[in-house]
Amino acid sequence: MNLTLKIWRQKDRNTTGEFVTCQARNILPDMSFLEMLDVVNEDLTRSGHEPFAFDSDCREGICGTCSLVINGIPHGGQKGATACQLHMRHFRDGQTITVEPWRAKSFPVLRDLVVDRSAFDHIIASGGFVSVNTGGAPDGNALPVGKVDADQAMDAAACIGCGACVAACKNASAMLFVAAKVAHLGLLPQGQSERYQRVVKMVNMMDQEGFGACTATGSCEAVCPKEISLDFIAQLNRDYLVGCLKP
Amino acid sequence: MNLDAKIPSGPLDKKWEKCLLEMKLVNPANKRKFEVIVVGTGLAGASAAATMAELGYGVKSFCFQDSPRRAHSIAAQGGINAAKNYQNDGDSIHRLFYDTIKGGDYRAREANVYRLAQTSVKIIDQCVAQGVPFAREYGGLLANRSFGGAQVSRTFYARGQTGQQLLIGAYQALERQIGLGNIRMFPRTEMLDLVLVNGHAKGIVVRDLVTGEISSHSADAVILATGGYGNVFYLSTNAVGCNVTAIWRAYKRGAFMANPCYTQIHPTCIPVSGDHQSKLTLMSESLRNDGRVWVPKVKGDKRSAHQIPENERDYFLERKYPSYGNLAPRDISSRAAKEACDDGRGVGPGGLGVYLDFADAIKRLGADKIRERYDNLFVMYETITGENAFEVPMRIYPAVHYTMGGLWVDYHLMSNIPGLFVLGEANFSDHGANRLGASALMQGLADGYFVAPYTVGNYFATNSVPRPSTNHAEFKKIEAEIHHRTQNLLSINGKRTPTSFHRELGKLMWENCGMARTDESLRINLKKIPELREEFWRDVTVTGANNSLNQALEQAGRVADFLEFGELTSRDALERKESCGGHFRTEFQTAEGEALRDDENFAHVAAWEFQGEGKTPLLHKEPLVFEELKMSQRSYK
Ligand SMILES: Cc1cc2nc3c(=O)[nH]c(=O)nc-3n(C[C@H](O)[C@H](O)[C@H](O)COP(=O)(O)OP(=O)(O)OC[C@H]3O[C@@H](n4cnc5c(N)ncnc54)[C@H](O)[C@@H]3O)c2cc1C
Ligand code: FES
Repeated sequence: MNLTLKIWRQKDRNTTGEFVTCQARNILPDMSFLEMLDVVNEDLTRSGHEPFAFDSDCREGICGTCSLVINGIPHGGQKGATACQLHMRHFRDGQTITVEPWRAKSFPVLRDLVVDRSAFDHIIASGGFVSVNTGGAPDGNALPVGKVDADQAMDAAACIGCGACVAACKNASAMLFVAAKVAHLGLLPQGQSERYQRVVKMVNMMDQEGFGACTATGSCEAVCPKEISLDFIAQLNRDYLVGCLKP
Repeated sequence: MNLDAKIPSGPLDKKWEKCLLEMKLVNPANKRKFEVIVVGTGLAGASAAATMAELGYGVKSFCFQDSPRRAHSIAAQGGINAAKNYQNDGDSIHRLFYDTIKGGDYRAREANVYRLAQTSVKIIDQCVAQGVPFAREYGGLLANRSFGGAQVSRTFYARGQTGQQLLIGAYQALERQIGLGNIRMFPRTEMLDLVLVNGHAKGIVVRDLVTGEISSHSADAVILATGGYGNVFYLSTNAVGCNVTAIWRAYKRGAFMANPCYTQIHPTCIPVSGDHQSKLTLMSESLRNDGRVWVPKVKGDKRSAHQIPENERDYFLERKYPSYGNLAPRDISSRAAKEACDDGRGVGPGGLGVYLDFADAIKRLGADKIRERYDNLFVMYETITGENAFEVPMRIYPAVHYTMGGLWVDYHLMSNIPGLFVLGEANFSDHGANRLGASALMQGLADGYFVAPYTVGNYFATNSVPRPSTNHAEFKKIEAEIHHRTQNLLSINGKRTPTSFHRELGKLMWENCGMARTDESLRINLKKIPELREEFWRDVTVTGANNSLNQALEQAGRVADFLEFGELTSRDALERKESCGGHFRTEFQTAEGEALRDDENFAHVAAWEFQGEGKTPLLHKEPLVFEELKMSQRSYK
């Protein structure tokens, strides 16, 4: 099939970008969205033009690197899938597709479709961990973890840190990302001793990094490729309250 | 040149303890004076960086992705081995050691592997303490599954995302140290060369992938944990960014490259669907616990799977290897699949596929149980192929997956260049000629959490070459070389894209140096790869500029290195005139078609030394001595 792309071009962080139009020719239904962009980029390169810069690595939906807003939806609207797992069989011949980067104050565009998400790393560095040094850990079975808790912690830990939640939110809030981490560690016995400090530190850092407030519209949950539940945000709010009241 | 592996004397199970005791310690007050560069933030790199920072050393950490959390380790699905014997099924350190040596077809060092098995136990404890959400039984204890090449259940897992969860644990430890100011992190930064001063590794030269700036970093020691080179085949299960550059540049500065021809072809990947394909997707081999592998008994059978009755199916792994069945090791399973397809009995487009059928398991355990076990794998399969594996059997085909070769290291994980340590998939150390499933994660974390932090400390305590300033002439010289190379790439203005060269190289590698290799096919590569390389430097086109984010330039640099590395790999494969593990030379096989080792002439590590551009590299041999185990013909029958 042949498609028309309206795709974001931006030289660097300090230059304003714009949409440009280009054609994607001879696209096969079995291609992934990123492979379709590869084809476009190969055509551009061969004719001496610069390809579009976009981020990807694993191309199987787990590393969280790919970050495209496709037709206005982060990752393109295929339920539970990242852009690299979106296949062209979901598009029609002749269709026009817009492709743009994550849009959020805290995720500045570096070039074309590539953004800087280091704000997420800063949030983790502020408290998203269990403070144990290497060595000296007790036997792995010393502290049993009920299957229900373990499974729920795993549901939260499935977050791949892609940032689609921020990109989908009209306030560019990072609440779902932070809530997933707070829940993952907070649900496990190993995470208890720092539970309340953790949430306060992480939420403060989130604010400091310029992410917006959460108004619970649920658009983050809708686009999350790992289908992280909004319920974790409610859990975060409870923990945060307790954390703030603690001396 | 004598390759001294520095293996401690004494009984196997006391060697590591003895080594620990004999190593010199750095006075705690002096630790902060030492700085280490860690390139790579996968399991090996992140765990090493975090642990060294916890110990008080200054650490600089580098990765080319936008965040350390995105290293390729994230993609590991199946699990991590440890000799915990939680299942009471007779596992032990010795058994894990034995399985690993045997699985590696007697081409790994006993001492290293034994230490790995010993350390495995601590890894699980450490990860649990960090909050890694391993799968649990209802009683709250850790769950296990079994994996290829083992008859015990020793694999720990976190749904189908074990790599992600372990990496997030290591990444969080890393971020914690970044927050504390003990690690300086350089994401989106690519190491382009290693710098030696007075023969010791003392720094690296990097390119900032956002601004294009070339800069130097000096340190007291350098750790490379830069992952595997499977993408020399272009198509592999590796992330598209995985590359050989860091270890290749170190090789060209004098580090020895060991056993590059040992590449693992994984039996359970989704078959190739067309030329556009940018990577292959692995279906975790844990699927082989419940899936049965088969092809039709007769050639060219075009019926759909459902229409082929039971007695017309060939469950070839169960038939050929009754005691291991569908859990036969990877190299054996891959080759068996290839043989079935070569025999004209392959299924799916082009006949390049075999079935992995869950119908029996679903009947036995119910669809829910299967869904719970393999969760995202079935979804992933459907996303890519559009087929539902609960209804029709999966189609799988082998694909390049893991590289056992890498830079040569001694028992301390130090290369032959003093001060250069190599961890994880980037080194050659523990898997011999074939790696067992769920053992790479184990090795990466063993290296990073529990080995390098001590051995690098020992190097600090005993070495005499101080950390140079980055104004040192050597840094300036190498920076200039890199500028020159970059300008060169950008000014060729030829007609072919870097990808087209990469693809062509990959085809040569897959056809001539893939699952089955011959003297003839390898010689073709030794002729064609240099020709392709020459064409690359004459006709490649790299658009854009040096001083900005330029993915074409990044890619061109990596492809240029693969074009050199592919030749060395083929040469190594040619030189190894035997079959072992993942290295199958058609000329050397038993009457039943199994790999035929030549222990008399090839029980050694092949370590290659760079001799200069255009010159044939020099081969060094480190003999492998088996004191504990007797080398025997592997049998999984
Ligand atoms: C799909 C898949 C599934 C797997 N499943 C399993 C499994 O179930 N169990 C198991 O044990 N093993 C598994 N493996 C193997 C295992 O995941 C890897 O061998 C292991 O994770 C490698 O870890 P590493 O730390 O050595 O390297 P990686 O995780 O690959 O990390 C490499 C790091 O080096 C950095 N880097 C590389 N080059 C440069 C450079 N020039 N400059 C700067 N930085 C650089 C990268 O940015 C990255 O941070 C799997 C592999 C694949 C491909
Ligand atoms: S490229 Fe890894 S999630 Fe898309």
